[in-house]
Parts: sequence; structure tokens; C-alpha cells
Amino acid sequence: MTTASWPDEIFDVLVEGGVRQVAYVPDAGHKRLIERCIAAPDMQAVSLTTEEEGVAMLAGAFLGGQRGVLLLQSSGVGNCINMLSLPAECRIPLLMIVTMRGEWGEFNPWQITMGQGTQASLEAVGVLVNRAESAADVVPTVRASLSLAYNTGRVVAVLLGQKVIGAKMFRKGDTK
Amino acid sequence: MSAARTLDRRASVAQLFRNRGDSLLVSGLGGPTSDAYGIGDHPLTFYLWGAMGGAAMVGLGLALAQPARRVIVLTGDGEMLMGMGALATLGVQKPANLAIVVIDNGLYAETGLQQAHTARGVDLAGVAQACGVKAEVVETQAQLDAVEPRLYREPGPFFMNLRVPPVASILELPARDGPYLRSRFRTALLGPDCHL
Repeated sequence: MTTASWPDEIFDVLVEGGVRQVAYVPDAGHKRLIERCIAAPDMQAVSLTTEEEGVAMLAGAFLGGQRGVLLLQSSGVGNCINMLSLPAECRIPLLMIVTMRGEWGEFNPWQITMGQGTQASLEAVGVLVNRAESAADVVPTVRASLSLAYNTGRVVAVLLGQKVIGAKMFRKGDTK
Repeated sequence: MSAARTLDRRASVAQLFRNRGDSLLVSGLGGPTSDAYGIGDHPLTFYLWGAMGGAAMVGLGLALAQPARRVIVLTGDGEMLMGMGALATLGVQKPANLAIVVIDNGLYAETGLQQAHTARGVDLAGVAQACGVKAEVVETQAQLDAVEPRLYREPGPFFMNLRVPPVASILELPARDGPYLRSRFRTALLGPDCHL
């Protein structure tokens, strides 16, 4: 994977948008963005044991007057479903940025089930979904989704296609 | 299980919150939301009616956003068991202004009084301790009296396992409308301009 500029550009959009709390489950696709958020003095980056913790945490953040973002992988979307009833029912804004697995050039068959079900699952519980399928799409999609979430009190998910992120390759003997 | 579970649940909750001041309260679904309302409605109480397993994490987000305020989560053993990973996250994050009170009756009272894991040997205070969260077990009036001021002053995260007899909470029904509860809480905490 070559060094893409969009993770740094997403970071700039989050800063511009006043995001103060970043909840994440460690993820290769979000590695650079997570590192930027951890290093940012005005952000509190919280590592979770499971993604739904972040949905609940960021509802608390909004109740307390701060904006947040949840960074996760498509497999983690399934973990969030019932917890999304909290922001959905209370009309609490939430931005989720999801790196996709289980589509473009996937190696691991176990990623297919949730990867292929991600958008339908989110839409089934009322989440508004915007996809980015090219590097040039990423920043405008994140910016628009952040505005949509916080201006209208909705849960909005940005799906970053696996085509954008690059399919993870596994080789026997690799150590990471 | 100790035979010492002598505390009246509603009276214990009333005692813990009688001097709540400007602290912020999040109540977990089921009995704890009944208890939080039963002791007196308050605009700085946010009642959860669902999102099972999320109460402690709502508390964390709120505590991070409002570091100068005490944040108290009042939830039940079943709810805490569902979100037990949150104790690990709290142990890592160490929010100094957050306390968690778990009312532990060892039952899923809402669904027909089925035994919870807590009635079958699982020790939530022990789990909290193992996650690096300071924890106290409270089963008697003397323990309750001793711990009450610590709920507000002990540097967090502070976990209180309030072990009560195996009976259901007395049902009380606060508002269920999410946007109302959200805006009422935010207006009381942040002022009316937060809606602009």
C-alpha cells in the first residue's frame, strides 16, 4: 500500500468539524488516522474492546457538549446494531467512518459475511450511509457526512471501499 | 454469596443521591431507571430505556466531555454483564470524575426473575478490580454509610457493587421520549444556546 494522503485529510476535516472524542477499535485501514488522533492535543482518543462501546460513549459525549467520531472496520458494524438504538431514538448525531473488508480483492473468506452485509445492516436500523469508492471521494464524503450528522441529528456512516484502502495481503511467514 | 444482603434497594439509591448536587446521572435500563426516577426526577438525569450494555460507556463519554463534573452511572448487574468490556476500557482510560454503581440483585428482574451470572458465582467487583478499576462491595447499612461520600469524592474510576436482596425494583415510569430526555439534559447542563 502506498502512502495515501486521505487519512491526514480526514484528520483535518475532523479538527475543522470540532471533533473532540475519537473512539476506535484498532484497524489497519485507519492506522494513520488513529495515530494522528492520539497525537492531537485537543482530541481524546479512546481504544475500545468492542465497537458498540463507542456508540454509547459518543452519545455520552454529545450529552456533555462534545462531538465525536467512531472509527471501525466493517466487521465491527455488526457489533453496533442494537446500541445504535440509542443515538437513533434520541436523535443524537453520530459519525461512523467504516473501512470496508469483504469486497474488493478480499483474502479472508470470514470477512465476506459482514462486509457484504454492512450497508444493508446499517440501513435496516435507520443509519444514513455514504460510500467513498475512490481516494478523491474520501474527504468530500467525510466532510458532507459530518455536516449531515451534526446539522440534522442523525447517525451517518461513511463506508470507505476496500478498493480505496487496498486489499490486505497475507503471506505465510509474515510477522505482521 | 454472602447472606448479608440486607439493604433496601430503593432506599439505598435514595441515600446515595440525596446530596447529588450538580453531578450528572445516567441510569441503565430496567430497574435502575425505575430507581433513578423513583427517588425524584431531575433534569441532570439521563434515563436509558434500551441500549443494554452501554450505560458505563455513556458515562465515559460524558465524563470526558465534562471533566469538572462528577458523573455517576447507576445500572444493574445484567446490564453490566452485557457490557463487561467497558470495565477494561475504563481501567485503561481512568476517568477521574466517573463512578459506576451497579445494583446487583443477581436477577434479570425485567424478564421474569431469571438468575444472572452474578447469583452463580461471578463477582463484578472482582472483575472491575482486575481491570484496574477501584471497587467496593456494599451489602450492609454500615458499608453504605461509609461509601456514600466516596461516591462523589473518590478519584475515579470508582466502582460500587451494591448487593441487594434478590427481588425486583418497584416499577416507575419516567419519560421515554428520547429527544425530550436528550434536550432536557443538555439544556440543564449546557444552557439553551446548545440548541442553536
